[in-house]
Amino acid sequence: MAVTTIELQPGFADKVLAAQSTFRTVMEAMARPGQVMAVDDEVGHPPSMMVGVAAVALTLLDQDTPVWLDDAFASASDVGAWLKFHTGAPIVARPDAASFALVAAPAALPDLSVFALGTAEYPDRSTTLIMQVPSLAAGESFRLRGPGIDGTTALTASLAPADLFARLSINQALFPRGIDVILVDDRSLVAIPRTTRLAASGV
Amino acid sequence: MNAPTYNFAYLDEQTKRMIRRAILKAIAIPGYQVPFASREMPMPYGWGTGGVQVTAAILGPQDVLKVIDQGSDDTTNAISIRKFFAKTAGVETTTSTDAATVIQTRHRIPEAPLRAGQVLVYQVPIPEPLRFLEPRETETRRMHALAEYGLMHVKLYEDIARFGHIATSYAYPVKVNARYVMDPSPTPKFDNPKMDNCPALQLFGAGREKRIYAIPPYTSVVSLDFEDHPFTRYKFDAPCALCGAEDSYLDEIVTDDKGSRMFVCSDTDYCEGRQAAGHRGVESAAPHKEAVHG
Repeated sequence: MAVTTIELQPGFADKVLAAQSTFRTVMEAMARPGQVMAVDDEVGHPPSMMVGVAAVALTLLDQDTPVWLDDAFASASDVGAWLKFHTGAPIVARPDAASFALVAAPAALPDLSVFALGTAEYPDRSTTLIMQVPSLAAGESFRLRGPGIDGTTALTASLAPADLFARLSINQALFPRGIDVILVDDRSLVAIPRTTRLAASGV
Repeated sequence: MNAPTYNFAYLDEQTKRMIRRAILKAIAIPGYQVPFASREMPMPYGWGTGGVQVTAAILGPQDVLKVIDQGSDDTTNAISIRKFFAKTAGVETTTSTDAATVIQTRHRIPEAPLRAGQVLVYQVPIPEPLRFLEPRETETRRMHALAEYGLMHVKLYEDIARFGHIATSYAYPVKVNARYVMDPSPTPKFDNPKMDNCPALQLFGAGREKRIYAIPPYTSVVSLDFEDHPFTRYKFDAPCALCGAEDSYLDEIVTDDKGSRMFVCSDTDYCEGRQAAGHRGVESAAPHKEAVHG
């Protein structure tokens, strides 16, 4: 069914200030990996897209950022139209051509090597993953270390795919190339930049 | 209404998004210089166009902004940039390091320790530490890619061969997170140890050279040196003439044409705070009892 713009969900109530406060949340999250931050702005979002993902998308995406959608997002009738209307970001089929990848069903996440990992000269030309995960409040406990973390920090989360940190270990060998990930659960978000390592799992 | 109005914090939203994306990548790759599409700003290059763009992209209405130029809150550059954001973003401004949430700086790091949640934005003239050794961007990029920093050590060694010690006293190269060699902007090397394991986020903006880079909180920042010529901070012989501080970076001020001089804290907020707390230096007599110089 084609969706007209009239049926689309709105974006930010206040485009300028909501984008600013969401960005500061994402920036703090990226600077302090493993710490759970909350997006507190009013934002409309397609039913299948979490509030946090919608806010981050409206803050960072525009006509300069090709975006890749996983099957769950791509098959939702309104997600593509909502993104196009509010951000103008081109939706691409090839994950390695995307600046951002939005993932609704992370259990079916493809191998990370299909995304852009940057080049040795330009490691910043990589795909940033924005993933909806089951929970950032309860679940398994992960102990993380790396820049932005004073010693180690604990993240309690129920992640999908369950072996996410094992998959992200490619970042260690690839560095400075690699994948940065933003995990979202409703309004909560956690960033795992490519420098973050698992210290030990379980407590 | 015909009065000219600006978007919040001057920059348009598309530019802010572009800068914000660059900042996120810079944090994810500590010390790596992320290219960005630097804009023309209403001030000349060399006056902090890079720092101003970074500040404009992160600033929100709840922020409290401090701007320093060589440690001072009172110079033309610092006052103009404070007024610029007071006008275009309506933010509260301050001279207190402790009260500020965002501090834009030209060539100093405040003496008061920074805390988590604060953001320090540096104005950077030349972001590439290898530029004076290798003029080609393609080559310096390859050197960073391969972590091939031998040339920088040769430069520091030549200092030792010529002067007997490492004579580089500002823009002293550092290695961030044991990977990228980075130019800390022309801060005195006295400030280098403050960058290491700092609880605040440090962002660097170079407007003319179109680069943004970052040091996340709690990240190792090591000044390059040799085992037999370890990095040393510059040590002043005299305490501050106004507040008596012996642990701060001092400016030398010529007081007459007969060779008299005094040394005072470069960080004006730190110096005023110490004087308010009752600390006194040799020149800080009460106003009615002026000390004789020389």
